[in-house]
Amino acid sequence: MDILSLFVTVPVLTIVALVFTKGLKQARIISMVGSFVQLGMAINLIFAYFKERAINDSIMVFTKDVVWFEQFNIHYAIGVDGISVALLLLTSIVVLAGVFISWKMADLPKEFFISLLVLSTGVYGFFISIDLFTMFVFYEIAVIPMYLLIGIWGSGPKEYSAMKLTLMLMGASAVLLVGILGIYFNSNADGGVLTFNILEIAQVNIPFEAQKLFFPLTFIGFAVLGALFPFHTWSPDGHASAPTAVSMLHAGVLMKLGGYGVFRVAMYLLPEGAMHWDWFFIILAATGVIYGAFGALQQKDLKYINAYSSVSHLGMVLFALLMLNKTAWNGAILQSLSHGFMTALFFALIGMIYGRTHTRDITKLGGLLKVIPFISAIYVIAGLASLGLPGFSGFVAEMNIFVGAFQNEELFYRIATIISVSAIVVTAVYILRVVGIMLMGPIKNEAFLSIPKVTWYEKTGILLLLIPIVGMGVAPLWLSDMILESLQPFIQGVL
Amino acid sequence: MNFSNFLLMRHEILLLTITLLLLISEIFIHKNKKGSLVHLAIFLFGIHTAVGFLHLDESSLFGGMFRTNTMIHFFKNILNIGVFILLLKSADWLQEKIVNQNRGTEFFILLFSSLLGMYFMISSGDFLMFYIGLELSTLPVAALAAFETTKRISSESGIKLILSAALASGVSLFGISMLYATSGSIYFNDIADVIISSNLTILGFILFFAGLAFKISLVPFHFWTADVYEGAPISVASYLSVISKGAAVFILMVLLFTVFKPLMHVWENLVYVVALATMFIGNLFALRQQNMKRFLAFSSIAQAGFILLGLITGNLLGIATIVYFVLIYIFSNLAAFGVVQAISLKAGKENMDDYNGLYRTNPLLSLVMMLALFSLAGIPPVAGFFGKFFLFTAAASKGYYFLVFLAVVNVTISLYYYLLVIRAMFIRKSDNPIPFFKSKLYMRLGLLITVIGILALGLYSPLYDYIYKLSSVFN
Repeated sequence: MDILSLFVTVPVLTIVALVFTKGLKQARIISMVGSFVQLGMAINLIFAYFKERAINDSIMVFTKDVVWFEQFNIHYAIGVDGISVALLLLTSIVVLAGVFISWKMADLPKEFFISLLVLSTGVYGFFISIDLFTMFVFYEIAVIPMYLLIGIWGSGPKEYSAMKLTLMLMGASAVLLVGILGIYFNSNADGGVLTFNILEIAQVNIPFEAQKLFFPLTFIGFAVLGALFPFHTWSPDGHASAPTAVSMLHAGVLMKLGGYGVFRVAMYLLPEGAMHWDWFFIILAATGVIYGAFGALQQKDLKYINAYSSVSHLGMVLFALLMLNKTAWNGAILQSLSHGFMTALFFALIGMIYGRTHTRDITKLGGLLKVIPFISAIYVIAGLASLGLPGFSGFVAEMNIFVGAFQNEELFYRIATIISVSAIVVTAVYILRVVGIMLMGPIKNEAFLSIPKVTWYEKTGILLLLIPIVGMGVAPLWLSDMILESLQPFIQGVL
Repeated sequence: MNFSNFLLMRHEILLLTITLLLLISEIFIHKNKKGSLVHLAIFLFGIHTAVGFLHLDESSLFGGMFRTNTMIHFFKNILNIGVFILLLKSADWLQEKIVNQNRGTEFFILLFSSLLGMYFMISSGDFLMFYIGLELSTLPVAALAAFETTKRISSESGIKLILSAALASGVSLFGISMLYATSGSIYFNDIADVIISSNLTILGFILFFAGLAFKISLVPFHFWTADVYEGAPISVASYLSVISKGAAVFILMVLLFTVFKPLMHVWENLVYVVALATMFIGNLFALRQQNMKRFLAFSSIAQAGFILLGLITGNLLGIATIVYFVLIYIFSNLAAFGVVQAISLKAGKENMDDYNGLYRTNPLLSLVMMLALFSLAGIPPVAGFFGKFFLFTAAASKGYYFLVFLAVVNVTISLYYYLLVIRAMFIRKSDNPIPFFKSKLYMRLGLLITVIGILALGLYSPLYDYIYKLSSVFN
């Protein structure tokens, strides 16, 4: 078995093993072992990638191609570049952290971990696919378990949120399907055969009319998962109702599929369409950035605050991608990674706070720094990373995005950039507001004095997420180099 | 005439033999052991299904009235598999409710005659054979729909079916007579040569189309569907929604792609409109159904709308994707009906609310249902996804992007109501859930086969390639 197919095989094997477990203890051990192996493989893949890159300068490495449906020229085609390697690492870390955070999942534990791993299988498969059909299959596999995860183990208006999220995302994937078929039937424009292979389609000059028609479909299809304004409404409700680990995985990993898909499929394969529609989606993305920030400012529920902040941060990813230059793209990928770790950390912390105080309403919380110093301190760190303080991952990402965005000299881009940059200020306000109200000040509730300490598994989960945030902030260059190198084909293809 | 030619009718002759054998055997079975009739029927039909897979050449009989080729042959096998699963999952119901009324053979004779009618309809080489097949496949089902004689609603459903079916086949026959008037022949091959798009031909074609549209329950000929499904025994409802629909789709496809090929510019538009109407009406009406049988009725109307997306292409890709989709649909829908039937038999409950909390009492049954619904909704990695994706690809290959777009909108609508059932089973809790029960061996075997089908048919790609290769016989 090749090094990449293992990324799909291991979770599947873990799921099979989980089927035969009984009770929480066995289920969580199996899931932990499975996710741990996965993390080891992801780290190993990074080293292997560097080694392979030194001798192999094709766009994708570790490629494998198996014919699946001959008639339609559908292949199971996989391969990675620097971007997908980084995202695979992100995924494996967040999944493992999610397993640790769900250590005490009491209700139907086996089913919970199985659904979680099905989701992660979809995500891994998506990041390694270079065939549109395979990619689409994995995309839907990643989305559908969310319905059960939120519906069964969620809280609040969970039935409503689960249905809303699933229908919006599957509706988006349905639109995407039309886009993919459009690309497929134009992939012989240069006289070749019809193909779903991304690398092959990238060599084809798809007629401009077709690009104009199918770019918005493909873009919207993916971008809904990346919380593109005004299709972001599933995200706050979904995140607020989901159980902790699911919020982590969803905001941390699943939403990254949106940005990745937009970049790898919509923009890479339909570059002229991207240029044509650029202005329209920049307006939407910039609106999302600023709208999400102000939305977060208004909310009292911790999860809603974080969900709106995700809308804002992922708006930045889409915004940067649409800026169509190398620095901004690099920033977009870094922002995806940074936001993945950060938001997963936030949701983990919120889950812990909620588990102890039984409320997520910040007006009812206060003085938490005195009772749960560990959680509170990490919350501050995560907050600082989120508002882009130098030394953390957020800074590196946002710096790149806005430096890149400012390189476009036209007035329209300038205005859009200035509007988006101003969101950083709002971000600082809503983060510090939460820190001030929730962590500082007097202890609002007597009951807080007796809340339990942080356990080892919670600490492990937290540390897993904290290390990369600091690591990316302190030593961003190796990652940045890896991504920049992989941006080369995009620069040739799109610009 | 060489008698070995009759071997071309192997399916038909064998099925007829089985039917007669069952009829005779009832005389010899002791009246306390009538249950063994069901074993015998399943055994014989199993053999029949297996024998069907032996190779058969392309040829025709009776001066072209009856024809067969590898694709027709394959399609009969698909129907056989469907009926076999149907028998497996009906076995409990037959043994508990029907056999002790001494009506076991009656059921099998009616069911098998109807299947025999479908064989002839599929194999027909002229409109006479087609019409005889159509009638033979419909009339026994009406008797079957009214099979639970103690229930008024069952008789009502039988009456509804026979009246609407009679009207539909009458209309169809009228259409055929017009076609005969314009072309001077009832043989498919002759008509195909001389057909031109005159007003009378088009009128005749549309009337003929209406008759088959009734069997497939395409909008606006779908009104009977929900009522009949609700009243009929679940075995019969699933037969109507799977086997009967599949056979009608197949012959409609063959006729459109061969005989009516010159009229393509006419029926393209017709199919376009009917496909949209069928998808939207089926899906929108399914949204608020509470009774599981009515729910599946509207869902199966909507599925027929998706099939039309392959029909509109008029090429080999369309044939292959439709046959593939129907095969998958048979497995998915039979699984869904199977679960409904198991629950209805053991707990006597048929409403969606009764399914609340089912996963916690009957996890396996809920999982089967979930797979079936995912397959119907078209979610990977189960087979339904591949079926739908290929249908959409077929439609898109002709440039019908807008139709595909509206179809995917419908897929999303349909996902909503399929998720409602999943919500009831997995998310909702109930004070009075359906208690744990174990179905008998046949039912479990039937569900197992459908689950294997749902999981394997999509991922195992050589099957599709095989079907595509077969479809070239219509070139």
